[in-house]
Amino acid sequence: MTDPILRVNNLKVAFPNHRVFENLNFSLHKGEFLSVVGENGVGKTTLIRTILQQLKPAAGNVQFFPNRKAVTFGYVPQFRNIDEEYPLSIRDFISLNLSGIKLPWLSRKERQQVDQIIAQTNLQRIQNRPLGMASGGEKQKAYLAQALVEQPNLLILDESTASLDNVMKYELLDLVKHFNQVTQLSVIFVTHDLPLAQKYADNFLLLRPTSFKYGPIGELSEADVKEVSDV
Amino acid sequence: MFSLEFMRNAFVASTFIAIISGIIGVFVSARNMSFLTHTLSEIGFSGAAFGVFMSWPPLNGMLLFTMVSSVIVGQLSVKQARREASISAISSLFLGLGILFLSLSNKNASYATNILFGSIIGINHTNVIQVIELSALVLIIIAFVYRDLKFDSFDAIGAQVKGLWTNALSIIFLVLLALSVSVAAQIVGSLLIFVLLTLPAASAKYFVHTVSGMMVVAILMALVGVWGGLCLGYITNWPVSFFIASIECLFYFAALSYNRLRQ
Repeated sequence: MTDPILRVNNLKVAFPNHRVFENLNFSLHKGEFLSVVGENGVGKTTLIRTILQQLKPAAGNVQFFPNRKAVTFGYVPQFRNIDEEYPLSIRDFISLNLSGIKLPWLSRKERQQVDQIIAQTNLQRIQNRPLGMASGGEKQKAYLAQALVEQPNLLILDESTASLDNVMKYELLDLVKHFNQVTQLSVIFVTHDLPLAQKYADNFLLLRPTSFKYGPIGELSEADVKEVSDV
Repeated sequence: MFSLEFMRNAFVASTFIAIISGIIGVFVSARNMSFLTHTLSEIGFSGAAFGVFMSWPPLNGMLLFTMVSSVIVGQLSVKQARREASISAISSLFLGLGILFLSLSNKNASYATNILFGSIIGINHTNVIQVIELSALVLIIIAFVYRDLKFDSFDAIGAQVKGLWTNALSIIFLVLLALSVSVAAQIVGSLLIFVLLTLPAASAKYFVHTVSGMMVVAILMALVGVWGGLCLGYITNWPVSFFIASIECLFYFAALSYNRLRQ
């Protein structure tokens, strides 16, 4: 087993009059692909927001290894405020996430980074198209490229495939799996789609209203699958 | 035309105003702040009236009111859902205050008209220097925060995940907007300010698809508007603001038509 990049210890997150989860424990290792599954409202997005440090836990903690600064995030949400009038090209949208130096223009190295991620995500042909005019699948690829442009070591996909058709879902996750295997990128994939989780993930974390189950994806039982699929 | 000193002053000042409006306008458009910009222009009128009441230069009153109120509006309207209601409340309060200060200062209606609609004849050398200094200040601040402001304006969710200081950026932008409104009010007047701060940028986004490209096109559209407005105003003796508003609206309708044709 490779080194962990994060460990969740006895985590409890609660809102006023509502406990989301407690005593949650799991680790994520370098190069691991973890699927977080569970019915609506069990706290999947709350867990992600806690890992992203947007929410403070009521108890327990999220530890990063070797330290917080060493773990960099890429995040692909299901929805973004991108309507059909959104003006930026796919290329310009991707480059928004470059923050190494704060000059108003991109350095040569940064332009190369953008070129590279555009090539790796097969967006060359449409890189100058306004993102607002792109299809749902193209948008998700652009979000993925933006999340990966600075080569993070943890990628979080929050229901990113939920609005895609079957072909696009697999195309997007093939890409993610490629980065996962080639660059040892760790992935947290939040989904309702059990067949996708079973095809791509190494491990799973099944969140339930009062408990959780964590283990290798092969141990996801028929009963577990039925529990999530019935939602 | 250029033998007249006030026309030379008006051309220099309007050039800087067009540059600032084009740049800030791109962020106004991206952050959906056209309504707030309109409100700040009314607050600018109120500030100018306060300046007159206090026997200050109107620009100082405008700067004071627009900066203070933009930060208040920013704090009140953190939640998108109540943003419009908060802006309406602040707007009506300040418009009322503007009328009160104007009434208390015993100035006549033509003075109010100058504040509201702009007056190129009133622009002297000192005003030009003020406009250049404020424009330079806005440009320097923009250069420092450009990357982060761009990210936050065009992808707020991504910027938040990145851990950018989005609240501070929002306040910095509101102060920059307040400065720009006060600067632009010198030429087009406070009521028509939002013409230069919103329409060129809103039009530019249909023609180009990079932030820097949109800034260049918005600046060009704003320049054509103010220069064309000044020339036509000089020739016809009609209000410059009318021509500026008309030219910018033409650009906007042309941009919408171009977009429809392209689709």
